[in-house]
Amino acid sequence: MPARLPRPGRPAGGRSRRVLHALRTPIGATAAAMMALVALTAIVAPILWTDRANAHETASILAGPSAEHWIGTDAAGRDLFFRVLVATRLSVLLALGSTGIAVGIGLLLGTAPVLVGGWVSRAVTWFVGIAVAFPGFLLALFFAVIFGAGQTAAAFAIGLAGAPTFARLCQTLTGGIMNRDYVAAARIGGVSKLRLLTRHILPNIAEPLIVNATIGAGGVLLSFAGLSFLGLGVSAPAYDWGRLMYEGLSGIYIHPVAALAPGLAVMIAGMAFNLVGESAARALGLAALGELVPTHRLRRPAPLAAPMGSDEPDDGAVLRVRDLTVAFPTPAGPIHPVRGISFAVPAGGAVGLVGESGSGKSLTALAVAQLIEAPGEVGASELTFAGEAILGGDPRAHRHLLGTSLAMVFQDPMTSLNPTMRIGWQLAEVVREHGGASRQEGWERAVERLSAVRIADAPRRAHAYPHEFSGGMRQRAMIGMGVMGSPRLIIADEPTTALDVTVQEQVLDLLGSIRAADGVALLLISHDVSVVATVCDRVLVMYAGRIVEELAVDRLYGGARHPYTRLLVAAVPDMDTDLATPLPTIPGRPAPVSAIAQGCAFAARCPLADAVCRETDPEMVDDGRGSRVACWHAGEPFPDDAVPTVAVPVAVPQGESRGNAGGFAAADAGAAGAADCPVAGSPLAGSPTPTPEGGSA
Amino acid sequence: MSRLDFTDVTVRFGSGRGAIVAVDGATLSVPEGRIVGLVGESGSGKSTLARAAVGLVPLHSGAIALDGQPIPRHGPRRLQMVFQDPNSSLDPRMTVEESIGEVARFPANRAERRAEVARLLDLVHLDQSHATAYPAQLSGGQRQRVALARALAGRPDVIIADEITSSLDVSIQGTVLNLVRELQAELGLSMLFISHNLAVVRYVASLVAVMYRGQIVEHGPTEAVLGHPDHPYTRRLLAAIPTRSQRKPTP
Ligand SMILES: Nc1ncnc2c1ncn2[C@@H]1O[C@H](COP(=O)(O)OP(=O)(O)O)[C@@H](O)[C@H]1O
Ligand code: SF4
Ligand SMILES: [Mg+2]
Repeated sequence: MPARLPRPGRPAGGRSRRVLHALRTPIGATAAAMMALVALTAIVAPILWTDRANAHETASILAGPSAEHWIGTDAAGRDLFFRVLVATRLSVLLALGSTGIAVGIGLLLGTAPVLVGGWVSRAVTWFVGIAVAFPGFLLALFFAVIFGAGQTAAAFAIGLAGAPTFARLCQTLTGGIMNRDYVAAARIGGVSKLRLLTRHILPNIAEPLIVNATIGAGGVLLSFAGLSFLGLGVSAPAYDWGRLMYEGLSGIYIHPVAALAPGLAVMIAGMAFNLVGESAARALGLAALGELVPTHRLRRPAPLAAPMGSDEPDDGAVLRVRDLTVAFPTPAGPIHPVRGISFAVPAGGAVGLVGESGSGKSLTALAVAQLIEAPGEVGASELTFAGEAILGGDPRAHRHLLGTSLAMVFQDPMTSLNPTMRIGWQLAEVVREHGGASRQEGWERAVERLSAVRIADAPRRAHAYPHEFSGGMRQRAMIGMGVMGSPRLIIADEPTTALDVTVQEQVLDLLGSIRAADGVALLLISHDVSVVATVCDRVLVMYAGRIVEELAVDRLYGGARHPYTRLLVAAVPDMDTDLATPLPTIPGRPAPVSAIAQGCAFAARCPLADAVCRETDPEMVDDGRGSRVACWHAGEPFPDDAVPTVAVPVAVPQGESRGNAGGFAAADAGAAGAADCPVAGSPLAGSPTPTPEGGSA
Repeated sequence: MSRLDFTDVTVRFGSGRGAIVAVDGATLSVPEGRIVGLVGESGSGKSTLARAAVGLVPLHSGAIALDGQPIPRHGPRRLQMVFQDPNSSLDPRMTVEESIGEVARFPANRAERRAEVARLLDLVHLDQSHATAYPAQLSGGQRQRVALARALAGRPDVIIADEITSSLDVSIQGTVLNLVRELQAELGLSMLFISHNLAVVRYVASLVAVMYRGQIVEHGPTEAVLGHPDHPYTRRLLAAIPTRSQRKPTP
């Protein structure tokens, strides 16, 4: 049984909704129906039919199926059909009991390291590691022989035998939670170990544990049948399905149904448990151990010659987008995260797309690459890539064009790289798949591309696995994969957001130089204006699913006219930022795509908003010099008091310290700081420098 | 308030020849009531140093002291930490109130705990209505404020903030930075503010230390270090900041 573990990065919440949704899928519905049937039989059968199941009919011993006895009778002349039904309760109860024992012991062993540290915890881990290596059924047999026959003994035998698996599962799950920062925060906060276990760990591992236990119960049912079948489990006069199979075995040649019917019951009940567990796992987003690697929508360009643009329009744009929309259905009606945007990326040009999270940047990129999956819907009056209309028509032809001429780079390269495959082979695979290159050619090209993206010692590093690369190297390898072919356009969605400034600089540099060397166009997406400004020629600013301004990058600082652009630019501190004032921030939160109000979407946060803005959405206006902006008050100065420069609404009475807040941090030697430091007589009382002498190396 | 001293701190992971020296003889002080910025690339040992201070990783050698005393590992924690990723630093199954209340130091009963949580939410400019929200219902910036409030709940003398704005949008980063400066000024906190972004550190910290490969290679008043960087790594860091003046030439 592959354990089900939580997929990384799955948001919490909405569980019951997802479970309900699962019930509506065919498998989910079947599972639920089977489970209900088994449960109902377990409850009802012994009440209604015990007498009939135990009634001896000496006249018909070992009879075959008949109208009276649907599947015949056993050696004592008892009706087998009712015996199978009545046996349901005991069989299921025993299976649940054993599972309970296994989970209980597993929890105890698996979470022990939280409560006891040091060698005890290491010993437990070691012990569990050894115990899981034994085949479960052999262990069960072993314990059954030790404990002797009888159902309680068998329940313990099977429970004990299953415990190591659950202990290992609990260890893995607990380990995952222990690594989360909230556990660290609780520990730093002085939360006791017991409380850590009950408040933080158990609730967060309960879900996968229950799902795995349900699936496990199906297996336990089988084991139990096995033990009883061997005569080690339930003993007469009690009977479970295994016992019935055991009794039916003697007559298997004359009367096969007697042995097969209880076997069928075991299968049905086992499947019910399994299916319920599996569909719950799917609904809750738990991945099987083997598939923890999220598969990523990744487009791999091949080295085919890009179709050169004979039919390309003369404006030379490699990508042209007009009135692009993206819609998703929701229970409350469709939402439109991208609401009619138009732009073009010139061949060999670099265009930046900026905006806060949720403004629709990524969806725009995915829509262009035709990676929006149903039920999402993409619409546009024009979507032209490399001279070819890619919306409508033959999707396979578009896929080919996109596959060969468009490269995508995502924020987290780890989700796009296969962790179990050497980097070089992953790159080589791209050309082998699309271009039919040989292994050798593919590898050589991979090594060459890896050095092109400045991976030092590429011939050797190509043998490495992704986890052996640093974040920056992985991102460069991803870019290398993108340029294995000869793409016309690279779309990079937040490619440096997870990286250090120095590494970010290297990656941006690399994108810039690939563009210069190979004439590849670039669409660079970021929430950080300063990132886009270092690489791009033109900048598109996106807010709530619309482009609100387009301008040349050299106008970004000083020449931007849309209030949102100006605020975005001002929000990034740089080495010249005034230390005496609070950082300018954009008040409020981005407009939710589900509820975009009438009028300008930015009005609620805009220092220039007036009645007209709230009434009517401004049209995009082109100034004829390559800039366009959608704003009623484009370029007007901000009112002094309406203060987009006041960061946070002041909720705390401030006294005089408020005015000095900025000056304090600026205080180089502490004079200003001392003045408004409410506590210390002098903040410098201790030491004038942060490091005693000799701290450097 | 208090001062925090790291003296010749070494942290190792593993043992024998395979051991990794994450922090290599780092010496650093956070004086009373000051914000010290700690900069360096990822993997340079910044977070390990921070985690060593709060007892999440053991020291190999050296000492970390609060006001000259070893840091107590039991009882009230005078040292608190705020983490980079507010998605993982808040328990998804606990409300804001529960998360903050769990570490709140003084309340004796439910009502007092409530009041304390309300005070803390106020301090980080979060609306009281957020008390009953789960992390999934908050934005990244709001979650980071909750994390700050939780750190303050322990009434700490020193706070360690580890890359607390790195996973936020730049538009939200500003509000968190302003909040840090404001809290520091109001409460006179001592703070070790870790970041790889020099512009951010320059804005909040009056003193700065540069970490490179486990060692503190440069330290001093922010203006002096950033104005006249001595170490080549500091210069590289400075050069890497995208600024409006420093545009790459385009073909
Ligand atoms: N599959 C989806 N179903 C419904 N809404 C979605 C889906 N994907 C994204 N959205 C919504 O679309 C909006 C824009 O998302 P996105 O393009 O990812 O923004 P950005 O990249 O600018 O951060 C967000 O509000 C997001 O919640
Ligand atoms: S149209 Fe009005 S509300 Fe919208 S950005 Fe312009 S000034 Fe602000
Ligand atoms: Mg995005």
